Amino acid sequence: MDATQVIFIVSAALIVVSALMVVTSRNLVHAALWLISALFGVAILYVLLEAGFLAVVQVVVYIGAIAIMFIFAVMLTRRDMLDKGPQVNASWPVALGLCLLTFVGLGFLLSRFGDKFSHLPGALPPNLDPLLALGNALVSPQAFVLPFEVASVLLLAALVGAVYVARNHK
Amino acid sequence: MDLFLTDPIKMVYDWLMQLLTGWGLPGAVANVLLILVGIVVLIIVAMTIDIMLVWLERKVVARFQGRLGPNRVGLFGLLQPIPDIIKLIIKEDITPTGADKVVFNMAPILSLASVIFLWAVIPLAATVYGADLNVGLLYLVAAGALGTLSIIMAGWASNNKYAVLGAYRQVATMLSFEIPMIAALLIPTILASSLSLKTITTAQGGVWFFWLSPLGALIFLVAAIAELGRSPFDLNEGESEIVSGYHIEYTGMKFGLFFAGELLHAFTFGAFIGILFFGGWSFFGIERIPGLGWMASSPYFGAVAVLLKGVFFYWVIMWIKYTVPRIRIDHMLAFNWKFLTPLSFVLLMVTAMVNRLLQDFANTPQWPIYVGGMFLSNILIGWITIEILRVYGRKQKAKEPVHPAAKSVAAPSAGHH
Repeated sequence: MDATQVIFIVSAALIVVSALMVVTSRNLVHAALWLISALFGVAILYVLLEAGFLAVVQVVVYIGAIAIMFIFAVMLTRRDMLDKGPQVNASWPVALGLCLLTFVGLGFLLSRFGDKFSHLPGALPPNLDPLLALGNALVSPQAFVLPFEVASVLLLAALVGAVYVARNHK
Repeated sequence: MDLFLTDPIKMVYDWLMQLLTGWGLPGAVANVLLILVGIVVLIIVAMTIDIMLVWLERKVVARFQGRLGPNRVGLFGLLQPIPDIIKLIIKEDITPTGADKVVFNMAPILSLASVIFLWAVIPLAATVYGADLNVGLLYLVAAGALGTLSIIMAGWASNNKYAVLGAYRQVATMLSFEIPMIAALLIPTILASSLSLKTITTAQGGVWFFWLSPLGALIFLVAAIAELGRSPFDLNEGESEIVSGYHIEYTGMKFGLFFAGELLHAFTFGAFIGILFFGGWSFFGIERIPGLGWMASSPYFGAVAVLLKGVFFYWVIMWIKYTVPRIRIDHMLAFNWKFLTPLSFVLLMVTAMVNRLLQDFANTPQWPIYVGGMFLSNILIGWITIEILRVYGRKQKAKEPVHPAAKSVAAPSAGHH
């Protein structure tokens, strides 16, 4: 067992525990903080996969923007507005069954992969810059330039819509 | 001995590696152990600098206010931080009633950690750096996000209205000023075609990026001051309004961690300005004098250069902090969204285009065309901005109704002669 595997096990455990705490915590801010911890664990996994760019973007976008907006919105609610009611509703057995079914299905699929999990993936070739490859792929007509531009237009439309909704109509 | 002069980190690493494997440790374990030792040493260096920053900050603010500053403990009061720290440690540690204990105690730690994270990517010299990430600049933004998170945690967990207000203000500042900051960070990225701080420094071997984009350096400085929450953007603390804001309930060393984090953050951003726009470890051009070329490859001079540039821009940030009063939150948001953000986007587009057009001249004998073109395009944008501001200001003035008091003062003086 080398250092990478130790880090993987620790961060995977962190993600699972944090994800559980997100849905079981009764305090909304605590749930948001646990969500941040889970997202941070995913960032560590990206680093282990040598996807440094995705790891940093994960922290900037998910922790720096989305999670902080969550907490911001929750903080605007009343401090003592904790949910006192039961945490599950009547259909929890159905949900549990579906979850178990999904887990068994995933386990079956992964078991069909054979010996792909018994060895670590090889290191990236030394002269390959993943960031450069990603940047070229995003603007190359042979790769992803069309989805990239469509996503940009979609975001722009959302931005214009937000400005229109927020504008002072007189 | 030669290695000691050019790459001391590698020398120490090799020596310790031999020592540890000689004791029978497997190579992989020894490697992990040495990386951990390296992290601890880096943190100790950063924190030692931090202790001296307390003295520097107090001395400089005293000079700006016409006082002497600490001058009793040690030579020039140099040992003053030590009684300061002892005082902070022996103070009573208070957790307010209704506080969220775990989050309350985690916030100061995360606050200081988010600054120390930054030291991992600072290249002190060509061979002395924590990690040369190919996403170094984005890492800088990510660490800033964690710093903001710590302030929200402190504000929320304190169970105090002033603290929550401070946290809200910090989020407003951070979310808005992140945009011009990222745009300003993209300018060195375009010029060096890399996000790695080491490559950006190497690319400034010829001409500092400040001369290619003075406006970019200025925007980065303004956005950095806002991110630091220092005056004129110290709304998150606003001592006269919300009594020090998010850290109002913190006592003793927990407050000390916030304070140390703020000082180190300011100094670290000073170092980043030096690295991104002022040549990083290059020793002010002295190393280009014939016969002094060995200085360029010496990591010791490099580290001194980075730290000196850091201290200088830290001083600039302090100079602004202790000179300019706090601005109102609506002014701050208007300044960011209606002025700084459009300006930084225009600058980014113009820099990208001019750089593309004149790039072929960059490493030829005609390099002054490239440098001059980049510099003049910046000056031109700055000039157009000032003209637009002037026209806009005149229009606003003309619209404003004349105050009755101004009329009554103006009337008698007009009839005097």
